[in-house]
Amino acid sequence: MKAHISSWSYRALVFGTMLFVVTPLITVIWVSFFSNKLISLPPQGYSFTWYLNAWRLDDFRGGFLLSLKVAVVATFIGLVIAVPASLALVRGRFPGKSFISTLLLSPMMIPGVVAGSAVYIYYIQFELLTNVQLAATFPGLVAAHVVLTIPWVVRLVTASLVGANESIEEAALNLGAHPWRVFWRITLPSVRPGLIAGGLFSFIMSFTDLEKSIFLIGPGSTTLPIAIINYLEWNLDPTVAAVAAVQIFLIGFMLIISDPYIKLSRAF
Amino acid sequence: MSYLKFNDVQKDYEGVRAVSHFDLGIERGEMVALLGPSGCGKTTSLRMLAGFVSVTSGSIFLDGRNITAVPAYSRNTGMVFQGYALFPHMSVAQNVAFGLEMRRLPKAEIGRRVTRALERVRLSALADRLPRQLSGGQQQRVALARAIVIDPAVLLLDEPLSALDARLRHEVRAEIRQVQQETGLTTLMVTHDQDEALSMADRLVIMNQGRIEQIGQPAEVYENPANRFVAEFMGKSNFIGGTVVEAGRFRCAASDTVFSCDTSRFTPGAEALLSFRPERARITATPPDTISGANVLAGELKTATYLGQSIEVSIATAGGQSFNILLPNSDAGLAAGLQPGSALHVSWAPADTRLLPV
Ligand SMILES: Nc1ncnc2c1ncn2[C@@H]1O[C@H](COP(=O)(O)OP(=O)(O)O)[C@@H](O)[C@H]1O
Ligand SMILES: [Mg+2]
Repeated sequence: MKAHISSWSYRALVFGTMLFVVTPLITVIWVSFFSNKLISLPPQGYSFTWYLNAWRLDDFRGGFLLSLKVAVVATFIGLVIAVPASLALVRGRFPGKSFISTLLLSPMMIPGVVAGSAVYIYYIQFELLTNVQLAATFPGLVAAHVVLTIPWVVRLVTASLVGANESIEEAALNLGAHPWRVFWRITLPSVRPGLIAGGLFSFIMSFTDLEKSIFLIGPGSTTLPIAIINYLEWNLDPTVAAVAAVQIFLIGFMLIISDPYIKLSRAF
Repeated sequence: MSYLKFNDVQKDYEGVRAVSHFDLGIERGEMVALLGPSGCGKTTSLRMLAGFVSVTSGSIFLDGRNITAVPAYSRNTGMVFQGYALFPHMSVAQNVAFGLEMRRLPKAEIGRRVTRALERVRLSALADRLPRQLSGGQQQRVALARAIVIDPAVLLLDEPLSALDARLRHEVRAEIRQVQQETGLTTLMVTHDQDEALSMADRLVIMNQGRIEQIGQPAEVYENPANRFVAEFMGKSNFIGGTVVEAGRFRCAASDTVFSCDTSRFTPGAEALLSFRPERARITATPPDTISGANVLAGELKTATYLGQSIEVSIATAGGQSFNILLPNSDAGLAAGLQPGSALHVSWAPADTRLLPV
């Protein structure tokens, strides 16, 4: 009897939590199809106009493309830096290991606004000293985003490496594989879930970043989250819902296609 | 020279000696077990042979070639790892094929040899499974197939049964032994379990604290242990400290009792340790006939523990020494009639007595 009640209340709790998480997403998607100009219930009808409207607006189209470009480049650079770093952190033996590990993970713990303003001040000082402009440039934005991506890749790839049986590399050597073949055929595939999950989270972090980017964008080139904030300042029609829905679809799609390769629940 | 030879091999880890004066020759087709307590240097020795651990000094020869400086991937040793170390992202067949692919053999031959290896370990039906879809015993067989398929110069087994449950262990050890004999592979195995070593190996190498204590066939090591460590590690023993009085006579230091035994390894006056196995002694309420020439100790019963197959009887002498005797189950009636404190006599034949260095 007791077990019955607790399993019932457990289900209710899980269901309630799911509802709390999912409802806003469903609502946004729903609203994006309303035909009325002001968001109100019940809807007067349904249409696809707001999606077309969003694409017609330079801020949204440009913002979407810029965010995509930054996220892809930052994720790629993040992987190239963080995968060897993870290998060294897990397998290597050198002084200062835990310090370096903490350093690489620290961007996760620093509020975006703090990090963004710090990077901005740093860029300005750097420009004063060297005359090289970083603030309000694409490379400057990407560099700041790479810092966002590194901790995710390090954390997830490290988790895969720690879980991986180190002796499988010895087994491969024992079977006659040269060290570089061991890396490509054994080490890399064995961290693939961490690699994919790390890349995915990097992309999402970069693609949805608002606080850090807001300090670093230049006039006339905003990222998507900033474009949304700007638009909301003057308008409250379902265009914003349509933009948000596109973000949700994109991220949801990526989570679904990567699911066979990673067990997200196991990655942490 | 032996087919496989360790020549005075030594290994230091950051100044700590893990293996010293390791001298061992193994003949072609032989199965040898390194046996000893945890931390005695067994795995280190095996890994030096596989090439995962460098040798501090000494050399290793395999089939006439000095392999001391040869990298692991060119040594052609086939190792079964303690946790199996199967490649998790490859199927059973791909795991077994890996070593052959590294040798760049033609596809057709790889296919043929993988099939044959899987048949040998009775896994043909599971060729397309991933390792995580297999039971522990099946994973173990994949690891074995993967190691033998490359036709290694020597097969290495590191605690091959330690991850299996007790029931499976019996089955798998017979299976490994059978595969070893069918393939005729020279095999070096590491274990801390004496039953495993006794039942599987042609010869045992008993190790302790990085040193070899004794090398010999299973019965030889059990019946004639070289020293107290081996006698205690291989089963149980009772010990009596004392001195050799004259040829064939040994006097207990504590009680002045004299025992008969082979003293040929000692000179009169030498200190030594007399030992006998618990299962070789008998107990009687009255002193046994002196005509039998048996060694006799008097004492009283402390405890009798029923162990199923046998009854373990603990006896204390007046001098305060205690001895353990193992009675066969058929003597359960005798043991049941005993009360703690009853006077008893322990007797055993001089032929079952061993004299060991102190
Ligand atoms: N990589 C290592 N670094 C330092 N010490 C080690 C290393 N591997 C083993 N040792 C030490 O060497 C000794 C022998 O270890 P090992 O060969 O693993 O013993 P066994 O296999 O008999 O249990 C132990 O004292 C162990 O702590
Ligand atoms: Mg070991």
